[in-house]
Amino acid sequence: MATKNIMIVGVGGQGTLLASKLLGYVLLGQGYDVKVSEVHGMSQRGGSVVTYVRFGEKVYSPVIDKGEADVIISFEKLEAARWLEYLKPGGRIIVNTQEMEPMPVIIGEAEYPDNLVEKMQAAGALVDAEDFLAVAEAAGSSKAVNIALMGRFSTYFPEISEEEWQKAIEACVPEKFLELNRKAFEMGRSA
Amino acid sequence: MRELMLGNKALARGLYEAGCKVISSYPGTPSTEITEEAAKYDEIYCEWAPNEKVALEVAHGASLGGVRSACAMKHVGLNVAADPLFTVSYQGLNAGLVVCVADDPGMHSSQNEQDSRHYAMAAKLPMLEPADSEEARVFARRAFELSEQFNTPVLIRMCTRVSHSQSVAEPEERAVPKQVPYVKDPTKVMMTANSRNAHLRVEQRTLQLVDYAEDCDLNRVEMGDTSLGIITSSTSYQYAKEVFGERVSILKLGMVYPLPEKLILDFAAKVDKVAVLEELDPFIENHVRRLGVKVSGKDVFPVCGEFSQNLVRECMGLEVPQTMTVKDSIPGRPPVMCAGCPHRGIFYILKKNKCMVYGDIGCYTLGAVAPLNAMDLNVCMGASCSGLHGFNLAMGREGEKHSVGVIGDSTFIHSGMTGITDISYNMTNSTVIILDNSITGMTGHQQNPTTGKNLRGEPAGKVDLESLCHALGFERVRVVDPYDLAEADRVLKEELEAEAPSIIISRRPCVMIKGTVHNPPLEPKEDKCVGCKACMQIGCPAISVRDGKVRIDSTLCIGCKVCTQICRFGALE
Repeated sequence: MATKNIMIVGVGGQGTLLASKLLGYVLLGQGYDVKVSEVHGMSQRGGSVVTYVRFGEKVYSPVIDKGEADVIISFEKLEAARWLEYLKPGGRIIVNTQEMEPMPVIIGEAEYPDNLVEKMQAAGALVDAEDFLAVAEAAGSSKAVNIALMGRFSTYFPEISEEEWQKAIEACVPEKFLELNRKAFEMGRSA
Repeated sequence: MRELMLGNKALARGLYEAGCKVISSYPGTPSTEITEEAAKYDEIYCEWAPNEKVALEVAHGASLGGVRSACAMKHVGLNVAADPLFTVSYQGLNAGLVVCVADDPGMHSSQNEQDSRHYAMAAKLPMLEPADSEEARVFARRAFELSEQFNTPVLIRMCTRVSHSQSVAEPEERAVPKQVPYVKDPTKVMMTANSRNAHLRVEQRTLQLVDYAEDCDLNRVEMGDTSLGIITSSTSYQYAKEVFGERVSILKLGMVYPLPEKLILDFAAKVDKVAVLEELDPFIENHVRRLGVKVSGKDVFPVCGEFSQNLVRECMGLEVPQTMTVKDSIPGRPPVMCAGCPHRGIFYILKKNKCMVYGDIGCYTLGAVAPLNAMDLNVCMGASCSGLHGFNLAMGREGEKHSVGVIGDSTFIHSGMTGITDISYNMTNSTVIILDNSITGMTGHQQNPTTGKNLRGEPAGKVDLESLCHALGFERVRVVDPYDLAEADRVLKEELEAEAPSIIISRRPCVMIKGTVHNPPLEPKEDKCVGCKACMQIGCPAISVRDGKVRIDSTLCIGCKVCTQICRFGALE
């Protein structure tokens, strides 16, 4: 099997690290070689963040380059547009339509572009857009956006059963948030 | 059992398996998790030292005491530890000593992009360089064996992509060697004849290590197509395999100092052309050239920045994948100070007073970004104190009245103390602000000597900053609450005017520390807001203005009320 490339992008503090932990756990359980790469430090402070997840028989590079991603999971709309050039032609991008204004927009130095979903489609991307913040809130907390998004992502790989995902959630999420995240995952999956 | 492990965690695992008993480190991205992960093993004593020089000396002391020991730091930390590093190389050990150093090509979280391999050559120490997590684990064990076999500290060089990538590792059991008895040895005193003999021994050792490098399994040849041979190491090896697979032959170096000679010459003879693929400086390339091999390297690949598979493809004239983009320009999303960050108020006041601000290394470096733009420059840990003194020597009274140094609590203990001692001893009327947020913030909340807790969060000794500054010769030591803008402004003005050296301690715990009490989020009064955007000057991510009215993001706001003090219309009560 050729190496598959999944990117998780968003804003520092949105819980992208838990999403990649979950994904890594599931993939390792499938017997794949897996690499997960992220940058810690400065970017945690509300900056643009990215995690690269690669899996297959044998994975070499820890990073994904422009034009290589099979799937991008974006926690925020502007970040989806920022990282779009990493998507492979024919690749799919899951977009949480939530808007988070970056500092240059907040202070009026730049504008948040409009109609980004349509523009990404016009650029040739297969866009799967949904208000996952609303999904997470319906599940019980806005903090569960990450797991709701992973619920949607799980439908892209039908060969991995829902049970495997639920097992991974149990292993990666603290006990007291387990019920919330299980629900968010299911709602994201069926949304 | 197979486990997906962060490179730093795998290195910590390797240290554990090798029976390491003492680790002393100073945090620094991307090295921090090496020590944090090691601390999860009860069998290893782990500590945060005040700086990297202390950390290395502690680890060496533990080696002299007879147990395997280690320290970890980022690349610039090795500059601080360079003094002991060079002489520990001469002096030798009693039990194994491993020094882990993490470089940051691409400068994800660093002020420069220096290449630590030069230290291995300069201090004449073997350096291993893992290319993934499993190698990090295995190399840690091998490093201890090498260290004891050749009586030398061994460097392990990590980089951001190895430190902060998870890949599959297969942990093994821990094996602890017997503690080596300490025996007094007069040749250990490094002076005159002893040092001269030690240097001879070190040169001899390097020759033996070259022999070792020729046929050890840390270096390996992967023969494929022989039209091109690539000599590489670390994450560059991964990019070479990603791009070329079996279509090239590869000499993969796990030991990057000292480098083998015969192994390289033999490899070069088997292939039509030789290229060296390495990030940063042409370290391997220069060695290969000295051996008389015709090689391409930095004529094709850049010295600056990180590599990736596309970069390798481009430099080698291969096709890169097609991409798609949206036409709009996408606004940047730089990191910002958190909502409620205690540094914000101080930077606002400094900006208002038009101060020249000599910054330092930490979260507060973010005081430099828009809209605060309140930091003029920074250099390295502690330079805000000593650099300010030098600035004021040149600028005189006018400088003293309009300039400050700002430094965090952890950075101050690391190397600010010596700088302020220069101020009090040599008497400029400089003003240094210690931003005491009771934690080492930027690297992810490590304890330090001012917090009263040790690495594991247990009660520990506590440095009293006020007493310390008094003892270092400062009569004027003021403490302010950075949430009280009027008070901070008044104290700043007084200390800038004072004809004496001053310390202002701005004290408020980081809002991200667990247990910090937050106030309820503010509820803006729309009827009072005139849309003047004065509140936007502080760059708080919780504040925005929509349709001419201020909005507060209640998920971010912690009710610090710094904005309340800026609004003249009472819209943010």
